[in-house]
Amino acid sequence: MYKYKVGARRVRRCEKGVMRRARRIFGAMAATLLIAGCNRHQSALAPFGAEAEQVRHLTLVLVVGSVVILVALAGLWVAAVRAPEGRLSHKGGMRLVLVLGALVPTLVLFALLLYALPMMRPRPVSRADLRITVTGEQFWWRVAYQPAGTPPVTAANEVRIPVGRTVAFQLKASDVIHSFWIPGLAGKMDMIPGRTNELVVRADVPGRYRGACTEFCGLSHARMALDVVAMEPAAFDRWLALQRRPAAPAPARGQALFAENGCAGCHTVRGTGALGTIGPDLTHFGSRLRVAAGTLPMETEAIARFIRKPDDAKPGARMPAFPHLPPDDARQIATYLQGLQ
Amino acid sequence: MTADAQNDPAVRRAQEERLRAVWEAPKGWFFRWTDCNNNRVGNWYVLTAFAFMLFAGVLALIMRTQLAAPENDLVSASTFNQLFTLHGSMMMFLFAVPMFEAVSIILLPSLLGARDLPFPRLSAFGYWSFLIGGVFVAGSIFFNAAPDGGWFMYPPLTTRKDLSGLGADIWMLGLSFIEVSSVAAAVELIVGVLKCRPPGMRLNLMPLYAWYILVVAVMILFAFPPLIAGDVLFEMERLLDWPFFDAARGGDPLLWQHLFWIFGHPEVYIIFLPSIALFAMLVPTFARRHLLGYPWIVLAAVGTAFLSFGLWVHHMFATGLPKISLAFFSAASQAVVIPTGVQIFCFLATLWAGRVVWSTPLLYATGSLAIFVIGGLTGVMVAVVPFDWQAHDTYFVVAHLHYVLIGGTLLPLFAGLYYYWPLVTGKKLSDRLGRTAFWIMFVGANLTFFPMHFSGLMGMPRRVFTYPAELGIGGLNLASTAGAYLFAAGVALVVIDLALSPTRPKARRNPWEAGTLEWLTLPNSENWGTRSIPLIESRYPIWDQPGFVRNVDEGRYFLPDAEEGRRETIVTTVLDARPLQVVRLGTPSVKPMLTAVALGGVFILTTYHLYWLALLSGLATLALVLAWLWTGTAEIPEKPCKPIGHGLELPLYLSGPSSSGWWAMFITMMADATAFSGLVFGYYFYWTVHPAFPPSGAGLDGPGIAWPMVALGLTLASWAATVAAREVHARGRVALARMLLVAAPLASLGGLAAGLAGPWSTGLDPTLHVYPAIVWTLAIWTTAHNGIGAIMQVYTLARSLAGRMTPTHDADLRNITVFQHFLALTAIVTYLTIGWFPEVA
Repeated sequence: MYKYKVGARRVRRCEKGVMRRARRIFGAMAATLLIAGCNRHQSALAPFGAEAEQVRHLTLVLVVGSVVILVALAGLWVAAVRAPEGRLSHKGGMRLVLVLGALVPTLVLFALLLYALPMMRPRPVSRADLRITVTGEQFWWRVAYQPAGTPPVTAANEVRIPVGRTVAFQLKASDVIHSFWIPGLAGKMDMIPGRTNELVVRADVPGRYRGACTEFCGLSHARMALDVVAMEPAAFDRWLALQRRPAAPAPARGQALFAENGCAGCHTVRGTGALGTIGPDLTHFGSRLRVAAGTLPMETEAIARFIRKPDDAKPGARMPAFPHLPPDDARQIATYLQGLQ
Repeated sequence: MTADAQNDPAVRRAQEERLRAVWEAPKGWFFRWTDCNNNRVGNWYVLTAFAFMLFAGVLALIMRTQLAAPENDLVSASTFNQLFTLHGSMMMFLFAVPMFEAVSIILLPSLLGARDLPFPRLSAFGYWSFLIGGVFVAGSIFFNAAPDGGWFMYPPLTTRKDLSGLGADIWMLGLSFIEVSSVAAAVELIVGVLKCRPPGMRLNLMPLYAWYILVVAVMILFAFPPLIAGDVLFEMERLLDWPFFDAARGGDPLLWQHLFWIFGHPEVYIIFLPSIALFAMLVPTFARRHLLGYPWIVLAAVGTAFLSFGLWVHHMFATGLPKISLAFFSAASQAVVIPTGVQIFCFLATLWAGRVVWSTPLLYATGSLAIFVIGGLTGVMVAVVPFDWQAHDTYFVVAHLHYVLIGGTLLPLFAGLYYYWPLVTGKKLSDRLGRTAFWIMFVGANLTFFPMHFSGLMGMPRRVFTYPAELGIGGLNLASTAGAYLFAAGVALVVIDLALSPTRPKARRNPWEAGTLEWLTLPNSENWGTRSIPLIESRYPIWDQPGFVRNVDEGRYFLPDAEEGRRETIVTTVLDARPLQVVRLGTPSVKPMLTAVALGGVFILTTYHLYWLALLSGLATLALVLAWLWTGTAEIPEKPCKPIGHGLELPLYLSGPSSSGWWAMFITMMADATAFSGLVFGYYFYWTVHPAFPPSGAGLDGPGIAWPMVALGLTLASWAATVAAREVHARGRVALARMLLVAAPLASLGGLAAGLAGPWSTGLDPTLHVYPAIVWTLAIWTTAHNGIGAIMQVYTLARSLAGRMTPTHDADLRNITVFQHFLALTAIVTYLTIGWFPEVA
């Protein structure tokens, strides 16, 4: 029980308790961090692009500055509580408020703005640079590659970019607001119906990465991810040329089932009769890393299950369910789709 | 009554008997709920807000349990979305803001030595509105119908009928209703601070808590109305298909974001500043000295309020706005650190200069400042635009905002709870339980939210019902979940402490030995507030004014009696608190409660599209309000003046700018005008985003210039007639005034008809495009005010005919003139915008 009036010693003892407890808490936190594994493919702390690299540097500066300020403030507070009455005069107190409360923060923040705001300037884009239009849909991504001077190439749910080259994403939305975030590449940019936003980036380290929708967009917002592949420029050019070609499916029963069940009403498979544009383009479906916007592995069973009951994996998905489709037929369709390389 | 007479204990006892009888609370299982005294209503208000907080906390625990492990399926995506929407909405609208207002309703009269707030029945009305709206919104989750679009409700997700259900209407209409009650409480608190201070308490002697109430209430006044304007547009789109946020028909989802965040960011300071206010009361007490830098703190509070209205775009850094405006808002967002720093350093310097008495409230204050500072530092980080592009809408922001709100609202409220509990109940809470609870909560909060900084930067977006194991953030999330349960255990311990309170003995009076006025309260407090209303000469009168407590207790100051058996308090001047009037206060009545029920009916029935019943409910509301005003306001007293002691005699009736009623009208109209400017902002916002605005085509051309100008002329005629009526009435020419009051409503109704005739006659189709929709909205807003103005004019005429208004007692007429001033302004802006602007654009 705290006594109502306590001597200075009592206060000091109490503060020792504060410090001890504080040490314990921060120890526990550090341990938490160690337990946590670190992912390298969807993290602002593990950049693979120039923009994200710059922000990681900024983050470090901000964190160090914050820790210094926090520790200094805590020290001052403890000193203030411990100081005997009258240690600080009224005039001294007012000077303290003026200098530490107003002047120092003003200067620090001014310096911070001068340092950080120039980073907002996007890298310059020339007419020759690759443009990729990404349109947010509930709950997937419509992707169109637009290399200068050639017709666009349509794809979905996966973005491939060449390393070392400037790429300008044109970001749109068709239904509700989404946000386009590849943390390892750059900060996020919203996709807003009726508007087009631009995000200019440059990837530096080849590899497989992941992005996600960060604006709440409905039931399956959590299931709206994006596979990202940064490739060597030559490999990228080859890949894009392959994507430009129509599908060359091996004749299979799956293709017939695809047509019979009306899949073509929503999906395009270029080179076949399927010309629907409501759902994702499936022309080179089999070449993608994952299914259903980064949600399911590229495996026959997973695809078949998704065809029959998309709601199980993605609640609220626009794709109609086909629960009466025999599982084997679904597998046939899945196999056909996987064959679309 | 002279000071000498107070020497006689028998006289004092007789006075006390009379006061007790006058201020007695109503009894009976039903009538006890008709009470409107600030102590009773304030306690209901606090308990209700606290209960909503616990409820919203349980929702958070369910969410944390779901997120404890990757790919968990404890709750469905749909339930999860309802959980986080309701958690955020309830904590903001049903806990943080009402809690501040509730605490202020309890504290303000005792801080100001007043007997009650100026409009006790308005407090009761606000409370019942809050309860009804709160239960309506919170209860929806039990029917799986809770809003699920996030507390920010971004359209088009929430406006498209195929993507959202009843929950969106429940959010919009239920919370609009609560916003009305919040604005009502703000009006009450502003008038309380400005007009009900004790004699001598100049603005610069006011307790800091009162300063903060004033600042925060003014912020509510300007922050909530833009949201109300947004709500109007939102519901027009949902119920009538007017395309304000539908890009395909010229709307723009970003308009909602602007209106929401013009409210949403000041909101953060609306719930943070009252906590600083609590610190400003308890720090001097435990430092045993005056607060250092009083004028600095006041300036900093005003500065924070001012800046907070210029920061909203920092919630929209990722929406693709021009870089130059991002830079401006980034700088403004960081500038707000400076007044906050000044406030914190004033406390620090006070503790440094004083003799610190360590106590449980001070422990809470220290701990919450530590947490708040961490939240403030991450706040500076997210104010840096390039960093925000990474952190925005990730768990980093979840961590940031919870550090700010737990350190800036929740723990300070607990500090205030431990500090002020003896004031309200006469008993102290347990130091041991309180201290233990503090440490559990402190560790719990850090364990919950610190790891979120990392899970956010490591790729975890907000508002996800689950996350894949491959992100490697399972461990961080598990720690957060454990921390949440720990935090809940701490809150539970506080609840236990509160529950044990009735078993504890009464503490002595002023147990912390504070110096401010509210600690005059006795452990067995009476409903009447202070025994006599004191003369204030210092910021800490109990410390500084010799014999202060005895003089108050023995009724040696003002108004120690209730001879006429009426509830009374003193009204003073705004700046230097010279006594102006003894005002008669509202007594317990069932009307505020019934009005709240009827008004709640309007909102709730509209939610279920029962428009006829909603209209009936609206008419009932109108009838109740008129009955309430007719019987309870601007009463002509039985004598012009009464003595209040020390040879002072004050009038019992005032009208115009020196009266509290005029100020309430003026302040309410400021809020009304702010909501209107939200709509006007909408018009010009669309003009800026469209190359051709107004567009041309069938159903899009209108409303022409003729009808709007006729409407403007008639509205101005109605205004002129009202002003003239006020002037001739004051000169005793009652008959002429009555004739003018017959002409004025006719002109006003003519203005109503002409205002609607413009868009009607030109066939503007509001479902076709956003242009006709916004024109119709402005016309309807203005003409609705014409209608209300006409009702007021007829009411005033009736008051005059019934002998309830005379040339010397003309508060009604003066108050409706204020309304007419604002209506005239509204009409000028509306009709120039919709009628004249298309001609010149």
